[in-house]
Amino acid sequence: MPMAASEIERLIRAAIPDARIEITDLAGDGDHYSARVVSSRFAGLGRIKQHQLVYAALGGRVGGELHALQLQTAAPETEKTK
Amino acid sequence: MSDAQSQIADIVGKNDIVLFMKGTPLFPQCGFSSRAIAILDRLGATYETIDVLQDPDIRQGIKAYSDWPTVPQLYVRGEFVGGSDIMMEMFESGELQQLLGVEAG
Repeated sequence: MPMAASEIERLIRAAIPDARIEITDLAGDGDHYSARVVSSRFAGLGRIKQHQLVYAALGGRVGGELHALQLQTAAPETEKTK
Repeated sequence: MSDAQSQIADIVGKNDIVLFMKGTPLFPQCGFSSRAIAILDRLGATYETIDVLQDPDIRQGIKAYSDWPTVPQLYVRGEFVGGSDIMMEMFESGELQQLLGVEAG
């Protein structure tokens, strides 16, 4: 079932208030998204923990209701220039 | 531990590099699994794969085992490395080459 980008952003922000979030609807079908999340909460955490925080924010929707979410996470100070 | 959990522990313990995926390396059944295979092949790594579509218990079990909601999942020497996004990041930064003990190519 498709999910709106704004809803994904709302859920992430509710759990990680300082997050800078960029969401791209990859296929234009509301079902394949890419998200980039930057937050100070990620500082000092490995990539697995960072992704787990985002998955937890989305409350079990990833892999179910939200089929495809490409995810990139970073802490502000380690952020690479894109 | 349930059967599936001990089966998974056995698989990740016995294989240095193992990818839990949807489909097979020749016929991946999902874009993320396909991307994971492309990365491993690009590095010339020798790896095992487990097709989770062949076994519903493993398919559900691996999510709990890793506390990770999606497949593919890469394990190297018993340690969970991540899904295809993390593999891609580590490939681009050269960390994956180092972890797998292959030359950057």
